[in-house]
Amino acid sequence: MTLTDDVLDGPPPGATGPVLSVRDLSVSFPGEAGRVDAVRGLSYDVAPGEVLGIVGESGSGKSVSSMAVMGLLPDRARVTGSVRFRDTELLGRSDAELSEIRGRRVAMVFQDPLSALTPVYTVGAQIVEALRIHRRGTSKTDARARAVELLDLVGIPNARDRFAAFPHEFSGGMRQRAVIAMAIANDPDLIIADEPTTALDVTVQAQVLDVLRTAREVTGAGIVLITHDLGVVAGVADRVLVMYAGRAVETAPVDELYAHPRMPYTLGLLGSIPRLDAGPRRPLVPIEGQPPSLAELPPGCPFAPRCPLVVDRCRESEPELDAVRPDHHAACHRSADLVRRDAAQVFDVPTAGATADAPRGEVVLRVQDLVKHYPVRSGTILRRRVGTVQAVDGVSFDVRAGETLALVGESGCGKTTTLTEILELTSPQSGSVEVLGRDVAGLGRRERTALRRDVQVVFQDPIASLDPRMPVHDIIAEPLSTHRVPVEEIRRRVPELLRLVGLRPEHAGRYPAEFSGGQRQRIGIARALALEPKLLVLDEPVSALDVSIQAGVINLLEELRVRLGLAYLFVAHDLSVVRHIADRVAVMYLGRIVEIGDVATVFAAPEHPYTQALLSAIPIPDPAVERARERILLTGDMPSPADPPSGCRFRTRCPRHLTLDEPDRARCVTEDPRRAPRTTTDHEVACHFAAPHAVL
Amino acid sequence: MSEIAAGPTPLDGTGPVLTSRGRLVLRRFLRSRSAVAGIGVVLTLFALAYLAPLASPWSYSELDYTAFLQGPSASHWFGTTQIGGDLFTQTMVGLQKSLIIGLLVGLISTGLAAVVGAAAGYFGGWTDRALMWVVDLMLVLPAFLVIAILSPAFAGGSFLILVVLLAAFGWMIAARIVRGLTLSLREREFVKAARFMGVPPWRIIFRHILPNMSSLLIVDATIAMGVAILGESTLSFFGFGVQPPDVSLGTLIASGLGSSQTYPWLFLFPAGFLVVAILAFNLVGDGLRDALDSSSDAGRRKAEK
Repeated sequence: MTLTDDVLDGPPPGATGPVLSVRDLSVSFPGEAGRVDAVRGLSYDVAPGEVLGIVGESGSGKSVSSMAVMGLLPDRARVTGSVRFRDTELLGRSDAELSEIRGRRVAMVFQDPLSALTPVYTVGAQIVEALRIHRRGTSKTDARARAVELLDLVGIPNARDRFAAFPHEFSGGMRQRAVIAMAIANDPDLIIADEPTTALDVTVQAQVLDVLRTAREVTGAGIVLITHDLGVVAGVADRVLVMYAGRAVETAPVDELYAHPRMPYTLGLLGSIPRLDAGPRRPLVPIEGQPPSLAELPPGCPFAPRCPLVVDRCRESEPELDAVRPDHHAACHRSADLVRRDAAQVFDVPTAGATADAPRGEVVLRVQDLVKHYPVRSGTILRRRVGTVQAVDGVSFDVRAGETLALVGESGCGKTTTLTEILELTSPQSGSVEVLGRDVAGLGRRERTALRRDVQVVFQDPIASLDPRMPVHDIIAEPLSTHRVPVEEIRRRVPELLRLVGLRPEHAGRYPAEFSGGQRQRIGIARALALEPKLLVLDEPVSALDVSIQAGVINLLEELRVRLGLAYLFVAHDLSVVRHIADRVAVMYLGRIVEIGDVATVFAAPEHPYTQALLSAIPIPDPAVERARERILLTGDMPSPADPPSGCRFRTRCPRHLTLDEPDRARCVTEDPRRAPRTTTDHEVACHFAAPHAVL
Repeated sequence: MSEIAAGPTPLDGTGPVLTSRGRLVLRRFLRSRSAVAGIGVVLTLFALAYLAPLASPWSYSELDYTAFLQGPSASHWFGTTQIGGDLFTQTMVGLQKSLIIGLLVGLISTGLAAVVGAAAGYFGGWTDRALMWVVDLMLVLPAFLVIAILSPAFAGGSFLILVVLLAAFGWMIAARIVRGLTLSLREREFVKAARFMGVPPWRIIFRHILPNMSSLLIVDATIAMGVAILGESTLSFFGFGVQPPDVSLGTLIASGLGSSQTYPWLFLFPAGFLVVAILAFNLVGDGLRDALDSSSDAGRRKAEK
């Protein structure tokens, strides 16, 4: 390694040397086909009070490296190199010795807050345990007082009462706060946060990131933030390290990295993220191919097979992480050629012609006042109905041929229930669903089956949505054979469909397990397209994919829509993806649509306070923009749909509600706002005091 | 739709080779050496059981009054019994019965368990309640006593009645397991995808749900075969199962058991065949499981080292 300590350190903010210093860390696991080198020679430093963002796709070794730092890897892992915490070497220590340091001086925040807390103890008891295990002298009362203080610090309302709550009584965001409270309980010098916000909704993510900032201010700890989300890193990190195939491929201060990436992979990653602040319908820059298998890495740069700038030298020797500028290191033979080049330019993406504003097509799907309530029952023998979950409560929208309507909202807002109700094609509890002008309520069984041809679905999880026991050919042929398409026709169609979604016809004989996530999602799309539907329902089709893969699937969907004139009903929680793909957007909150309109209007001048908060919570992968943005932080979590607030459902979290005077507030409490058209005919908002407020 | 066929162009190889699922499973099955050995042994056992009695100079009910309790020799390959029966022929004929009973009971009870369990789990509601009520009822009935009481009524009937009885009391626990698995599979997205495609319920059960628990079903079937053979021998021992002059491995083992110390061949030959038969069924079961389970590595071509 050519890195010298003082280069990597940067100027530590008023402290003596780094808290954590990792040198030449390598981790390998025994695998079926020889050893898998999960981390290959990773070096970095974290200064006190500094946030180091480690970014990489799944399998890049980012989590494994931090587990190695904590000494949490299983015994079969072989770990070499050096991990120095302050002046102590951590590698090679026994588990008992490490336990002295873990939890007290080094704390960890994991991705899944549900499994990070023990379900059978109260949250308070677990924080008290964390405090007392490292400070034996602490009395129970002191520890308790401190725990309440900590819960208060991380923003748990009524900390004193919530102290005795069990983890399942907390929402996801509150659990993650409790985990952070536990992490900072002993005033650690270093906090390792492994994807701390990935499992959370955007508005909650914004809150948790805020808590993480507070935690750093309070403890002065260095933070290692591991994430796949370049947007999160942009807002929080001071320095960024990009990992690929078990190695650091680029490291630089955050502004420098985003402004002048010098490694094609970083550039590709930045180009492949859909951005909230980008113009609509800019094609994303997918990185072709898959990350390499770490079992048998060929010589040369591991990114070479996917790199557009590859030269012979790249296939011969693996580039070292060299300084390209002071404090900026990149592992690329061609980093000098990358100065000031745009991702689209480097990766050679055809700039798709903007779709001309064609007149709006016929209505493919019309949903009117759709209602779905679930009964809540209690009691074992006599199951009494004790309440109603208003999952969907009066939702109306329509989707026209050739257009994409995005249904957006946080988890629990009822978007998936809405989809399921539409896909069932049965008479809803109340309201109506019309597909291609036919009300589904009056359909017989045969007609319903026939109508299914026109409405197909692509699911979120590409692993769960394909039957693992069927080869790809049978999977794609299933809708065809179900609808009695002749065998010869199926034989012809399957290879055609595979080609359509960018796979090879030879792949038909393989099982889904042999494909990567992005390819599986393509198979799912091919299956959905088999019957040439008019409407494609997409349930978070890209949220389970890595960004570089996601871009390819988004581009494919976009291309198919234009070519086949499909209508998409696109459910998503990620507004940047929506901005990219949708023509119109409907924002849902607690079973209602609060704002609906065309993407340009809603994103430029959102009028409902919830839309504004949602937009402002989405990180933009540009540190300068990110720092300058105004944030509307929502307090608390979404109320339970079993017990929605009276009047306006959003008022309990509404920032605008707080600024109103008494009579206006009373109106929010008593009167349910109807969806009313705004300036443009296609823009409707359900708020008594709607007012545009640009948040981008 | 043909104008769109030229999509994002993949590499144009030769025409697509479409491999059917059955052929893939077969290929994967044949890759496992022990499974092939198992199927070889099963076939050999069947061949022996049905062909060897024809080749033997003795019939299974014929008695050789010149040889009582003789050890294995050239004229009696496995020796003789107390009353001069030829043990080789008897073992082969017994093997016939045991194999066929084991195979049929295993298949019938597992099939019943799969259909009932999957239907209960998939349809839920009243179907579920009614079927599970039947399962619970069957579970509390003492199977052995019921068969013992019923068997005089069927005395003189074919051994197929025994198969039906054994199968009827062997499926309930497996059905409960299948129901539980179905409940979780029903919520999986590929099942939902099939539903939204318009695939009828029974087709979903047979195409998606049951294949996804095939390893369970196969293991269950192999266990059921072993259990059936043992159950049959127990019943036969008490005189409720295979009736003389018919023989099965069970009746032979039962009658040889008493003299296993002094005249070991009486016990060892039938017991040995019983062990070999069950072992072979299990090997086949393992091989099938690996072949059907696409996530298992065992059926895949060995990675180059």
